[in-house]
Amino acid sequence: MTQTYQLAGRTFSSRLIMGTAGFPNQQLLLDALAASGADVATASIRRISLEGYAESLVDLLGEDYQLLPNTAGCETVRDAVLTAQLAREALETDWLKLELIGDRETLYPDVVQLVEAAEILVKDGFQVLPYCTDDPVVCRRLVEVGCVAVMPLGAPIGSGMGICNPTNIELICANSPVPVILDAGIGTASDAALAMELGCDAVMINSAVAKALDPVAMAGAMARAVEAGHLAHHAGRIPKKGYAEPSSPQLGLIGS
Amino acid sequence: MRSQITVNGETRPWQAVDVVRLLQAEGLDPARRGVAVAINGAVVPRHRWAETAVQPNDLIEIVKPFAGG
Repeated sequence: MTQTYQLAGRTFSSRLIMGTAGFPNQQLLLDALAASGADVATASIRRISLEGYAESLVDLLGEDYQLLPNTAGCETVRDAVLTAQLAREALETDWLKLELIGDRETLYPDVVQLVEAAEILVKDGFQVLPYCTDDPVVCRRLVEVGCVAVMPLGAPIGSGMGICNPTNIELICANSPVPVILDAGIGTASDAALAMELGCDAVMINSAVAKALDPVAMAGAMARAVEAGHLAHHAGRIPKKGYAEPSSPQLGLIGS
Repeated sequence: MRSQITVNGETRPWQAVDVVRLLQAEGLDPARRGVAVAINGAVVPRHRWAETAVQPNDLIEIVKPFAGG
């Protein structure tokens, strides 16, 4: 079994955080969440007229999962702060996945505004988990203003490209005093395992499960990948070498 | 000209109501969990809905959680 870990003062056993968007239907969302074993699930905050599922997300998931509201789509500090405050009121939680989008094409975080908004929200009593670039200095700044975790991207949101810069993710993990949650870019199970092998504390996945041919099967695969990667990280991998080293005994070969 | 308010980007004629009545007028159940309201950029906590009057020209946002990543 993987060890439990602490996030914003709470203890969790699953190191997989699940997004809830883009599933073919509500039942597949529920089944995939169950198969993932996740304790934490994300939500967005939108104007009420945009009715999606008839049932409220709070009624649907609020009892079984720690809901983590996001500020997805916000492009200014002002909008992100108000969305966060509305999320706190709507979901009765001070947890927040802070997103400040700087570019609609790549959905890359605007890190200048991100640090500013994070500082405001921490002072306002939020447990801020910022979606950020895979930049060790940006992650350090976010910790300095009081974020309880950092969520560096592996690749652009929804791209499924995996972890484009494993060196940076490993560097961030090695130096971070707060949990590192790889967010965005995961395409398949090996990407999630790699994130954990690099030292991440958890992985956040949405599209790779929601858009898979079989979301429930993929959710199960991701759960095992996260666990395997975490175990491998702590087991201590062998160093990479540029030459072969036989594993079978060298002596006693027949005909010698 | 009659006074107006803006609710989630749409204009409405202003009426002298509190936030609870406004939600009901919009076809929403104020007792339902998960709804949050902001007026002119400031959140109005649920416990203050009944005592908060809607003023002419108010910009009102009514939100709830949806699926998200």
